[in-house]
Parts: sequence; C-alpha cells; structure tokens
Amino acid sequence: MADVIKKATRESYGEALRDLAEEYPQLVVLDADLAAATKTGIFKKAYPDRFFDCGIAEANMMGVAAGLAACGKIPFASTFAMFAAGRAYEIVRNSIGYPHLNVKIGATHAGISVGEDGATHQCNEDIALMRTIPGMTVINPCDDVEARAAVKAALDFNGPVYMRFGRLAVPVINDPATYKFELGKGVTMRDGSDLTIVATGLMVNEAVQAAETLAAEGISARVVNIHTIKPLDKELIVKCAKETGVIVTAEEHSVIGGLGSAVAEAVTEGCPVPVVKVGVNDEFGHSGPAVDLLKEFGLSAENIAAKAKEALKLKK
Amino acid sequence: MEQNTKKRLQAAACKVRMGVIEGTYNAKSGHPGGSLSIADTLTYLYFNKMNVDPKSPDSADRDRLVLSKGHTAPALYAVLAQKGYFPEEELRSLRHIGAMLQGHPCIHIPGVDMSSGSLGQGISAACGMALAGKLDGKSYKVYAVLGDGEIEEGQVWEAAMFAAHKGLTNLVAIVDNNGLQIDGPISEVCSPEPITDKFAAFGWHVITMDAHDFDDIDRAFSEADSVKDKPVVIVQKSVKGKGVSFMENQVGWHGTAPNKEQYDQAMAELTAQLKGLED
Repeated sequence: MADVIKKATRESYGEALRDLAEEYPQLVVLDADLAAATKTGIFKKAYPDRFFDCGIAEANMMGVAAGLAACGKIPFASTFAMFAAGRAYEIVRNSIGYPHLNVKIGATHAGISVGEDGATHQCNEDIALMRTIPGMTVINPCDDVEARAAVKAALDFNGPVYMRFGRLAVPVINDPATYKFELGKGVTMRDGSDLTIVATGLMVNEAVQAAETLAAEGISARVVNIHTIKPLDKELIVKCAKETGVIVTAEEHSVIGGLGSAVAEAVTEGCPVPVVKVGVNDEFGHSGPAVDLLKEFGLSAENIAAKAKEALKLKK
Repeated sequence: MEQNTKKRLQAAACKVRMGVIEGTYNAKSGHPGGSLSIADTLTYLYFNKMNVDPKSPDSADRDRLVLSKGHTAPALYAVLAQKGYFPEEELRSLRHIGAMLQGHPCIHIPGVDMSSGSLGQGISAACGMALAGKLDGKSYKVYAVLGDGEIEEGQVWEAAMFAAHKGLTNLVAIVDNNGLQIDGPISEVCSPEPITDKFAAFGWHVITMDAHDFDDIDRAFSEADSVKDKPVVIVQKSVKGKGVSFMENQVGWHGTAPNKEQYDQAMAELTAQLKGLED
C-alpha cells in the first residue's frame, strides 16, 4: 500500500484562509487566543492587518463578527468547537443566526480526537447545537481537500456557516485534481446494494475501509459522504434508503442530535428503514491519545463493519 | 444649545414618549420604564447628532446605533417612525402577530442597525461595526445603548476590553443609569457600581450626563466628539419612567403595559407637556 498522506483539517483551514485572502478582500479572521492551535496563525502571518485576536472571550468574538458582517466584512470567527458552539451558543444564535449575518465560524478541535485534553475540550455536541439554529449551514469536511473546498464554498455563500475541523491528522482521501465541492450535496464514495453507510468528517475514511472489509465477506456496502449536515441532502439519503433498505451512520459526535439524527429524520419522512448509529454514545470522553480514543469509543472501521452486520439483520 | 433647538428636541422627545405609551398599551406588554428613560437621548441622537437618512437606511457611511438594551425597542421605534423610516401607525401594531415591529429590535426593520435584546450582546456587535469602520477608513460613529442592569452581563466587559485594546475611538457607549432592574434597585440585586470607575479601568474615556437635560446631553456628546484616543462611555443619570408621573422611579414599570385608565392618564400628561412646549 502506498504511503498515505495525513493532514489535520484545522491545518487546511488556516492555509485556505491565507490562500483565499487576496481573492476576497472582505475576508477577515478573528481568533480567541488559539491561533497557534486553530491554525489561523498561518493567516495572521501573511495578513496581520486583517487578523484580530479577541483574547479569551468567545462571546464577544462572535458579537464582533456579527458587527463586522453587518458592515460588509466576511469574518471567520475561529476557536475550538467547544467554545464556538458551546460557550458562545446563544450569541451565535441571537447575534449571528437571527439577523442571518454573513459570519463564518471555524470550529477546530471538534470531537473526541482532541485526545489528551480530555472531556472538557472534546465537543461531541456541536453539530446538534448548530443545526437547530434556523438558517445555519453546518459543514464537516472529511479531509484536507474537502476542508479547503469547504472554506471556499462558505466564502461564496451569503449567510452564516459553521465549519467543523479536527485536530488529528487524517488521511487525504480525495483527489484535489478532480474533487468538486457542492454545498448541501452528499458524495457517493463507493457504490453498494446491501446497505448504505452514511458518514461525515474523519469517519468517512473509516466507512470506506469498513466497506472493503464487508466486501471481502460478500456484503455490498454503499458509502455516502455527507460533508454538509445542514442543509442535508435528503434526496440522496432517501434514495439510499429505498435502494439499499438499511442505513448505518458514522460520525465523531454524539449519537444524539448529529448526523445520525439528521439522517433518521430524513428517512422517517421519506422512506422509513432501520438506521443504526455509530457515534459517541451518551457519555463524556476522557484523556488519551486520539487514535486510541477513537477505537475505544467505537469510531472505527471495525465497529462500523460490526454494526453493519447487525443492521442487516434488521432489514426487512 | 439654542432655545429653539432645545424646544424642538423636547417636543420630539415628548412625541417619542407618546409613541412608547401607544405601543406598549396596544401590545398589552413591553417595557415602558426603560424606554422612557432613554427617550431624550435617542431623540437627541437621531434628530440632532447622527448622520442618518431615512431615505437611504443602508448607506455605508451612516452612523450606526445598536440598542443593546433591546427591550426598550418602543423608544427606538417611536424615534425611527418620527424620523420617517416607517409610518407611525406601525407603533400601534407593536408585538402583534404578523406585525413588522418585533418585541425586540430586528435588523430587518428599516433604520434598525442590529438585532438585539438578549442583554450584553449589542455592544459586541457595535465593536464589530466600529472595527469595520476603522478598516475601511470611514468616518462614521457607532453608538451602543446599554442598561445599567445589562452591564452585569460578563460579555459587556469582554467587549469593553476589546474596544479599548483595539483603539475603537469611533465607538460611543451610553449606559442608561436609571438604577432599576427587574428584580429591584441595581444596588440591591447585584450592583454593577461604580460604573464610571469600571469603564475608566477598562481604558475608556468616561463622561457623565443628565439624561433629561438637552443642554447637558449636547455638552456630553460634544465632549465625546473631542476624544480621539479612547472609546467613550457616557453614563447617563436617568429616571426610569421619565415623563409619566406614576411610572417615574417605579421598578414595577420595567416590563408592564399600561391599562386603559393608565394609558389615558399618561397620554393626558404627555399631551399637556407637549402643549406647554408648543405654546
């Protein structure tokens, strides 16, 4: 097997901001004392006059972003997912969501793969929180190529966007030469007829590997990458439900309120079939190396494959 | 201030107060007390100070105002209606289902620069607007109106720190120090005093003002204009419920609408005040 290139999507975020700054003069970047970690430091180095450190004050940062957007700027408010979606939730809702301002939220260090910092910093609830805000677009890219494309798509879209990035370096699975990002459109990574695995973020690669394992056992699994959780590609999800009869969802997020819930909502309305969710169960994380935590919490190809076999038994 | 100007502003403010009573009475809810305490300042800003034009409410160069104490929207709406942003009849459908005028300011209403109402948030948005003005080399000013109870919110002090550190000299905050919040006097609930010292410690230029004396209001905002090195806060000593005798300094009138009898009395008092100014 050829060497797999790995890169953290937070790194892609910082680089994309820098690379797009010239083309988008209204782009400005805000951070809350985490520029080295969120990688907005990459932008800051290239465009110091368009970078504003708000200090450890995420609530104010979101409000400042709203004011900048109300005056025509395109602010990227950046911090960890825990503080962007968690601490600043109500400011995001009332100062950005309600007036539908053109603010982009770059939330890094999402999910359990934060690792050693432990439960206080492992945000497994952000997708659930953000997707309930009317008019909020929620994107969770799976690799470097998709993350860069997502930043560009967010810039070209007029309205609030929540983008979720990871701390852990993950395999680059998309080909930059051919990859096209379409907001709100799922991507079929692999065709299959027995079941569909719908995955998002770093779980997309795990889903593809699970499908290979299943294929070796004679099970044909389709893999769909949902990078835009809201608005959800309901048409594609319902099509998969109709054609394969059962769905397994996979996300590095709580099984409550995230991709699994969004898919289940779409399926119950459009074509009720069993939906089995792989994600963080109703519990907090803890400290440890990211790779070990992902395995422990079942966020792995092995667990997806195991759940897929269970799901097949539910198929009518 | 010239006597004619002062009389004109006093009359306009009196009409704003009538709009507040009209709006909250017809809504059967809302916040008359704090609306009446801020009425003179908002009148001064929109009729004698700010560079705004109802014919081009979205002009990039206009001055902006964020009513961070958004529950006093009736006063802002009454000012905007009188200024010509929308018909005064709209005030009577305040808070009604299907109406344009929402219970708290909404950015989609002509003349409203920012949605607000969840306390502590408006000043951050005002900071963002001021920062955008600096970035674009524009000369507009941004005004943020806060309540004295509102500044108990921690976000206000995050914003205060930010404004001073980023040199937002085009930002003027007004703290409506009427001394009362929902649960009682601010001194008894969880006192934010000393307000002036706190802002000074955060790096702001502090001005105090009598909120119901147009000469003093004019002096305070002129002083604010002369400050070139810091954001400015005007702490205005005001009377909650100002202009309606039975509402003045009564905490109960924070969030209670007048009934028919109270409405009639309030309107009679304000009509008499207006007549006195026009004679």
